[in-house]
Amino acid sequence: MQPRTLIRNNRITVFLSGDIDHHTARRYREYTDALIQEKKPSCLALDFSGVSFMDSSGIGLIMGRYRMMLLYGGKVRVVGVPAQLKKMMELSGIGGLDVFEGREISNENN
Amino acid sequence: MFLKGEKFQMKTTNEMSVELESRSVNEAFARTAVSSFVSQLDPTISELNEIRTAVSEAVTNCVVHAYRDKIGKIYINVKVTEPDTVVIRIRDKGCGIENIKQAMEPLYTTDPNGERAGLGFAVMQSFCDALKVHSSLSRGTTITLTKRLSPRISDV
Repeated sequence: MQPRTLIRNNRITVFLSGDIDHHTARRYREYTDALIQEKKPSCLALDFSGVSFMDSSGIGLIMGRYRMMLLYGGKVRVVGVPAQLKKMMELSGIGGLDVFEGREISNENN
Repeated sequence: MFLKGEKFQMKTTNEMSVELESRSVNEAFARTAVSSFVSQLDPTISELNEIRTAVSEAVTNCVVHAYRDKIGKIYINVKVTEPDTVVIRIRDKGCGIENIKQAMEPLYTTDPNGERAGLGFAVMQSFCDALKVHSSLSRGTTITLTKRLSPRISDV
C-alpha cells in the first residue's frame, strides 16, 4: 500500500502513518526516493500527523531524504509532528537543518 | 518503611521473558510485548512511549549490528521491582561491540548509506534513567535499561 501523497506545483507531500521503525522506514525510503527521482520537486514535505510511534529510524529517514534533496537543489520540510514524537525530534538535533515549518520544534538543543 | 538494620533491596515483584528471531518484522512485536507487560503498572502515556522507543532502539541494534545479515536469537527479560521500577534486559549472541565508548557517541554509525542516524544509544540514554552496556566480541551484547515510573495514585 502506498502512502497518501499530494503533488502540488513543485511540492510533494508524503503522509506517513502508523509506526516508523527500522522495518517500516524502508518502504517509505524506497517510495519517496523513486518519487524524488521521477518528479524532481523543489520541496519534499514529510507529514507526520498520522504517525503513532517513531524511533530513531524516522530521523534516519528524514536525514537521508534531506541529503538526497540537497543533490537536486531542493529542500525537505517536516510537518504535523504529533506530541509523542517531539522528544525524539528535539533530541536528534535535526532542527538545525532548518526542516521545520513555523515554530513546531524548538531549536534550542542545537 | 524500613526497620533499623534492614537492608534495602530491590525486590522483584513480577517478571517476564520473551525470545525472538532477529528479523526486522519482529521489532514491532518486541516493543509491544514489553509495553503491554509494563502497562499493568499504569505508566503515563509518555513513560510508555519512552520505554517502547528505547526497546525499539535496542532490538534494532541486534537486528542491524549484532547479527547483521544472519538471523539469531534476541532474548528480552523484563523485571518489575519495587518501587515502580522496570528493568529491561535485551541480550544477543551476535558479533559484540568492539568499542563501546565510540558506539555510544551520538551520531556515530557504521552504516555507510547514512540511513541510520547513529542515535540508538543516545535515545536509550535519554529515554531511560539508566543504561548499562555489556559486550564481548563474537559472544554478544547485553543492554540493561532501567526506567523509574512516576508514583501512581494507588501507591499513595
